[in-house]
Formats: sequence, structure tokens, C-alpha cells
Amino acid sequence: MSAGRHDMGDRLHVVFEDRIAPWRRRLGAVLVWGGAAVMVAVFALLALGRFGLIALDVPNWRPALYAYLAWAVAFCTAQVLTRGERGKRALFILPAVLFVVAMVVFPLIFAVAIALSDWNLSSLSGPRFNGLDNFRQMLSDPFYWNAMRNMLWYTGMISVEYVIAFGLALILAGQIRARKFFRVAFLLPLMLSPVAVSWMVGKSMLEVRFGPVARLARELGWERPSFFGDPLIARLTIEAMDAWTYIPFMMIMLLAGLQAIPRELTEAAEVDGASAWRRFWEVTFPLMLPVSITAILIRIIFKLKLADIIINVTSGGPGGATDSVTSFIFREYRDRSNVGYGTLLALVYLVVIVVAITVFMKLVDRWMNPRY
Amino acid sequence: MSGTQIFHDHPVDLAYRARWWSGRLVIYAILILWTVICLFPIYWTITTSFKTAPDVMKGNLIPFWDFTPKWLGWRSLGLSPDTWGQESTVRAEFLKRFTNSAIVALGASSLAVILGSCAAYGLSRFSYRFGFMRNPDISFFFLSQLILPPVVLALPFLVLYKELDLLDTRIGLILLYTLTVLPIVIWIMRDQFQSIPVELEEAALVDGLSVWGAFLTIVLPIALPGMVAAFILSLTLTWNEYFFAALLTSTEAKTLPVMLASQTGSQGINWWAMAALATAAILPLVIIGILLERYIIRGMAAGAVK
Repeated sequence: MSAGRHDMGDRLHVVFEDRIAPWRRRLGAVLVWGGAAVMVAVFALLALGRFGLIALDVPNWRPALYAYLAWAVAFCTAQVLTRGERGKRALFILPAVLFVVAMVVFPLIFAVAIALSDWNLSSLSGPRFNGLDNFRQMLSDPFYWNAMRNMLWYTGMISVEYVIAFGLALILAGQIRARKFFRVAFLLPLMLSPVAVSWMVGKSMLEVRFGPVARLARELGWERPSFFGDPLIARLTIEAMDAWTYIPFMMIMLLAGLQAIPRELTEAAEVDGASAWRRFWEVTFPLMLPVSITAILIRIIFKLKLADIIINVTSGGPGGATDSVTSFIFREYRDRSNVGYGTLLALVYLVVIVVAITVFMKLVDRWMNPRY
Repeated sequence: MSGTQIFHDHPVDLAYRARWWSGRLVIYAILILWTVICLFPIYWTITTSFKTAPDVMKGNLIPFWDFTPKWLGWRSLGLSPDTWGQESTVRAEFLKRFTNSAIVALGASSLAVILGSCAAYGLSRFSYRFGFMRNPDISFFFLSQLILPPVVLALPFLVLYKELDLLDTRIGLILLYTLTVLPIVIWIMRDQFQSIPVELEEAALVDGLSVWGAFLTIVLPIALPGMVAAFILSLTLTWNEYFFAALLTSTEAKTLPVMLASQTGSQGINWWAMAALATAAILPLVIIGILLERYIIRGMAAGAVK
């Protein structure tokens, strides 16, 4: 997702005359700063009431939310007032920016505060600052590192998913009959909810006595099929279910890439006498590299969120063999209500992801555009 | 004349034809195998919802041939024809969850498409500068939200929503879901707007429309297919979302996936009921997938091809 590359598209250049009357500037400034003052005042009042410093009954912080909304509206209006045409343009992205800032930046700052405290939601004593204790606990938590290793394994399996998706995309891009039927059929797993898949596949089709897959396995000579007993088989089963839902995603992106390749290129190679194998490796595959990398990157991002199936089918078992980081933190919260520790684990996970993806993108960039 | 063949296929050509046929055979075998892999679980779930206990245990697969369909599963949900007129607490519960899911998914997708389309249009047409942030930085700011794993936000939101009295409300879920699909919408829509020639708006501006007027009356109608694609993808993701819903809702705003998950706890002996519930949960999206496949593929292909 190189943001920069795609941003070189056409821009709308318009010459406009904007003389902003002084009263508009003043009104705009009043709106922004006045709104901000009101917001701060509401926050302060709520905080004072909350901690019992003044006699004000504060059932919740909801008014603070309204204050932020009011300020956001005032800010947008002020943009148009003070900056005229330029303000109207800013209005296109301002709502989204204000929304994301409120929903991500603020909670993230909050998350850091929670992560540094000992906070059990089920106990009555609220949060207690405990510095880096959670971090030290994490370093010696074998289950967390086990979950991290599992995530590495799950992410590695994307290479297998990629090969299958590429193969299917190649077949779908070739000359076949009933292409539309196959495309719809191949797409359907993507539409299904992971929770439904956990039941449909994980709990009923893989059920050892009556499940059709277990029956098939018995027919094929596996006498006592068990899909969640052995750690490796359990992990493979979970991976297979996750792959089943997401292979269509990569397949469709790769298919779009294949269809965008000019036919003349492969035809020219064919005329030159290249075998199908060489045509693939020396023409199709190199041309597909950028699409492949985008597809794999997005797949990695989705894979890192893997949790629903694990929570519903194995709860991380047997012995943590199928645990992903997300499902582990989910249980950490649900079973122990441990908000502080869980948040710290999540933040560390985020840092690891950001570093890993940045390194991945840099390496890919270096590899795709070598500098000599 | 008859009996004597004048032209003979060269052995090389014969071998070529044989290779071609075996190639076809392999390709169709793979296609059919994968179709079975994709469709069998769906088929299995739908048919199981019409089975009785002996059918399940005997592993009967084909309705009317090796088992007679019964409304057992649907009756336990209060959705079979004979229970339709009667009062049913299970059905009320199911319909409540279904409505919750529908409202949350539709609300979040609409909000995301509105916010995302505006932002994507702005980013594809104008040059912004907010301090050190220029267009590529702003785009990256939006798209980078995709990397954020839900688990990082989950616990802070749990505490925040508790303080804001948004826990277990549909509006709380809508806001959160909007956040999770917004980057995808922006990604698809930016691609859409970049493919629309800028001359169209220039003409509209010359004719006296404002930027917003040109956006609403000229550009949006052209970008509608892209918006549909973004909307359907958002709908899929939000309808199926489980993680946040499981953490942030309890009695009021609980969605369908959470209800489904809470039923799987008891070691699924009541298969027909579970199958009926699972069918009801996946059916809306399966139908959308079949009918609007074109748009979904278009949405996912956006950005893949440059």
C-alpha cells in the first residue's frame, strides 16, 4: 500500500478569487476558540464533578462526547468562514480526519495509560499505576510468546494460501466454460462469518463421530480421526478454516492482476517458442509481482487479526497450540478481567506488527527498485 | 473411396490433441474439486437444518433421497410454517439479534461510505497541507488504520464506552465498525475517483457549479458502482464481525454472530437448531454474494491493478 505512488493522479486546478472579509475571520476565530473553550470547560466540570470536588452529579462522561461533536462542527464551519474556497475543500477530508482522530488517537493514548496500571475490572478498587510491572510480567509469560510463535506460523502459511490462490486465479483467467458460475462459487466462502464457519466446519463437519469429513477420513483409512487432539493437526485445521474463508480474497485480487496483463506479451513469448512453464515464470509471474505483494500484504494484515475461529472452536487448545495473540488476550480479559495486562500485551503486539510491516515494505521496495 | 483415408494426422498432432484433452480434464477436475470444497459446507449447513437426529447420525446427505426433510431445526427457532403464527420467545430473541446486526451493519457501512467517499475525493483532487502533513501522509494516516489490530482498541474502548455510557448500545458498535472499514472504503473510492477524468469537474466549475455541487451532482453518480462495491465489502465485514461485539455488547445490542457463538458452547448435539441458526446468519450475505458478485469483485480488484 504505497500511498505515495498513487497520489500523482490528476489534480483539480481552479483559479479562484477569495477575499475574506475581516468579520468572517473574526467570527471563525471566535467559533474555533470559543468552541474549544466550551469543550475544555465541559471536560473540567465533568472531571471536577466526577472526583467529588464540586457538587455536581456526573453519571457518565457522555456530555464530553457532545462537546467534542459541537466543537468539530464549529471547527468545520470556521474553516469555510475564514478560508473560503480552501476551507470548502478542506471540508472533504475534515469529517473523516476528526472522526479517526477521536476514535483512534485518543483511545490509543488512553491505552498507554491503562497498560501501565494494574486494573482488574471485576475488583472494586479502580486502576492502580504500577509502572512497568505488566511489561516484566509479559517477558516471563510463556503463553504470550507461544501465541506470538503461533502467529508467525500462521503468517508463514500465507505462502501456501498464495500458491493455491494463484493457481485458481490462473485457471479462472484461462479459457474455461461457466466461468461466472465458478467465480461466484469460489467467492462465497468470503461472505461467511467466521463464527458461522466455526460451527459449520469446526464443530459439525469435523465432529469425530457424525461429521462428514470425519466419515471421509475413516473411509480413507484414518481409523480414529481427531482434528483437535494433536497440536500440529489442530493448528493445521484452524489454518485450513481461515484459509478457506480468505483464499477467495487473494484469488480475486490476483485474477484482476492477471486480466490486466496485455495478451500480446504472452502471445509474443508463445510465438518465440517459450514453453508454458517458461511463459509463466519469465512473463506472467514477474508482471504479477506488484499485485502479488499488495495481495499478500493485505492478507497478512487480515491474518494478524485472526481470532474468531480460534475463540469459538478450540479456545486456544490443546495446550495453547492454536492460540493467536488476539484470542489469547481475549481470554486474558474474559477469564481474568485483567484490563491493564491485556492492553499492554496488545500494545506490544501493535509495536511488533508496525515494525515488522515497515521492514517488510522496505525490503520489498529495495528488492523491487534496486539502487546500484 | 470410402475406407481409404487420404489425409493422416501427423503423430505429433495426435499427441498434441491428447495432451490438450488431458490438460482440460485436469483443469475441470480442479475446478469441480474446489467448487465442492467451497460449496459443500454451505450445502451441509442448509440441509442439516432440515434433518432429524437419526439422519444426522446416519450421515444422510441428499434430501428426499436418503432422508425426508423435516422442519425440526426451524421449529426450534420459531421460524417453521406451523409455528409462524404462534408466540415464540426464541423467535423474538432471534429477530432482535437479526435486527441489531442489520442496523449496525447498514449504519456503519453507510457512515463509512459517506465519510470515506468525501475524504477519498478530497485526497484525489486537491492538494492539502496540514502542518507537515501533505496528501501522501494523510492517505497513509487513513490507510495505516488497517494495520491496527482490533485487540489494541478493544480494551480501551471497553473502558471508554463504559464511561461514555455507550457500552451495549448499537450506536457504539456503529461508530467502532465505521472506524474499522473506513480505510478500505477510502482505498476503493480513491481508486474510483482517480479513474474519473478531471475535465468533467472543470467543465462543471466553468458552468458555475461549486466544488461541492460538482462533487454531488457530477462525480458521485459516475462513482456509484465503486460506492456500491465499497458498501457491500463494508457490509460483509461488519455483518460478520464478532470480536468487538462479543466484548462490547451483552443484552441489548448483542448481534447475530455473538448469539450464534453463545449457542455453540453446549457441545452441539442440537445440530438441526444450530444449523438453522447458522443458515439464517449466512443466508443474507450468500444471497448478496450471488446477486452482486460483480461489485464485490470490482471492489476487491481496486488497487490491485494500477
